[in-house]
Amino acid sequence: MDLVNAVVQGTLLGGLYALFAAGLSLIFGVMRLVNIAHGDLIVLAAYLGLTTTAALGVHPLVALIVVVPAMAGIGYVLQRAVLNHTLGDDILPPLLVTFGLSVIIQNALLEGYSADPQKMDAGALETASVALGPLSLGVLPLLTFAFAIAVIAGLQWVFYRTPLGRAFRATSDNQDIAQLMGLNKRHVFGMAMALALAVTAVAGILLGIRTSFDPSVGGGRLIFGFEAVIIGGLGNLWGTLVGGVILGVAQTVGATINPGWQLLAGHIAFLVILAVRPNGLFPRISG
Amino acid sequence: MPEPILTLRGLDAFYGDFQALYGVDLTVSEGEVLAIIGANGAGKTTLLRSISGLIGNMAEQVQFRGASIGAERPDVIAQMGLAMVPEGRQLFPSLSVAENLMIGGRVNREGPWNLRKVYDLFPILEERKAQASTSLSGGQQQMVAIGRALMANPDLIMFDEISLGLAPVIIRDIYKALPGIVGGGMSAVIVEQDITKALEVSSRVYCLQEGRVSLEGKSDAVSREDIARAYFGVE
Repeated sequence: MDLVNAVVQGTLLGGLYALFAAGLSLIFGVMRLVNIAHGDLIVLAAYLGLTTTAALGVHPLVALIVVVPAMAGIGYVLQRAVLNHTLGDDILPPLLVTFGLSVIIQNALLEGYSADPQKMDAGALETASVALGPLSLGVLPLLTFAFAIAVIAGLQWVFYRTPLGRAFRATSDNQDIAQLMGLNKRHVFGMAMALALAVTAVAGILLGIRTSFDPSVGGGRLIFGFEAVIIGGLGNLWGTLVGGVILGVAQTVGATINPGWQLLAGHIAFLVILAVRPNGLFPRISG
Repeated sequence: MPEPILTLRGLDAFYGDFQALYGVDLTVSEGEVLAIIGANGAGKTTLLRSISGLIGNMAEQVQFRGASIGAERPDVIAQMGLAMVPEGRQLFPSLSVAENLMIGGRVNREGPWNLRKVYDLFPILEERKAQASTSLSGGQQQMVAIGRALMANPDLIMFDEISLGLAPVIIRDIYKALPGIVGGGMSAVIVEQDITKALEVSSRVYCLQEGRVSLEGKSDAVSREDIARAYFGVE
């Protein structure tokens, strides 16, 4: 029974990891940019949520109304002002610049919010649960998983059903020819980053309700996001959800066996899959 | 003589340190079909890339409808009404046939061409509209590439190596469709390896040799000998 419980809880946890990963997957898919600052941007979103709830006295989930557009705006400006200049044939400049960005965000958060762990107060939502037979499922993890499915379905819809998604795919395929179609690639990339950071906002708020956070936790979220993307296969959003779930289940099952093994079990699952399927489970694009 | 729609004045184009074009002067008149011929490496594709903005130049070296566009971004030039059918088709593999066409119509310019008109011109594309563009034959892909450029309702359309890698029967079909494309007052620049075809469909011809214009004239007036000399640079 413990094992079943661990698998169910791990699956729900995987929803959060998929939210960490979706933005990474999206920007890599559109512009081949590996964003080292992604985890810190998630933490930034959590702090923006904290400030919003404190300033307006609203529930953290209501704060999404402010934080999602704010992060999208930050994403667009960041891409147009900084990251577009790093993109080219060489993959190293974006890595270095986003690494620098990661350091800057962490230190700015330290200055602004101190190193004390913070947490958002979501009231009864944090402890509410529903009974499913012998299992007890937290409402927040269920809600997180529902958010993950909704976000990925939404991204999937944007990618395959809208003119913006066509522009994303065309620019990803061939930047030169996309420009001949009248697409401004700088703007297209800006929109992709805006969308990615809008997802990051959702991830950050849910993270901040679930656990306490401080300015240094971004790196860990980045690793989980990366692992979910790689397990699922590059460029496949539903694969990213599967990757998050596998990672989450491995962690909770590991923790059931020995509480110290939670993180280790996740990393081992990642390494095993990388060894057996180097391109992940459902790759759409080759690295 | 009608107004020129495109004028090149002393166009020098570079790939890094390598100079590919030297002082090219060229005009395309309103409604005219212009052919550009030349051996491999003569600078034909560089010329089209310069006009479309994929290679940046001095602003005044390229004039389109009276505006200096030599230093403009390619997407801005596309919005102004200049479309290209690139060498090797270069369709978007992630997009279906219909999506490839629709993205061509993104610039949202007024004009006679729309999805319906493109399907009327190439009926096979309507049958294949939901397929991945990569699943089509070379000739059908070329139709998509042409349709994609037409969807922009351009004032000037440029074809780069329209018949490269296609079977002769397919080439004939594509050229058969050409009058229906440029008949509506659209100007066209055709870069072509097949000199006979190029002279047949164009009113004027330019020959490039090692980055310079080596011959310019009316397509029905230039002689074989002139072309051979201009093409290979031998007496």
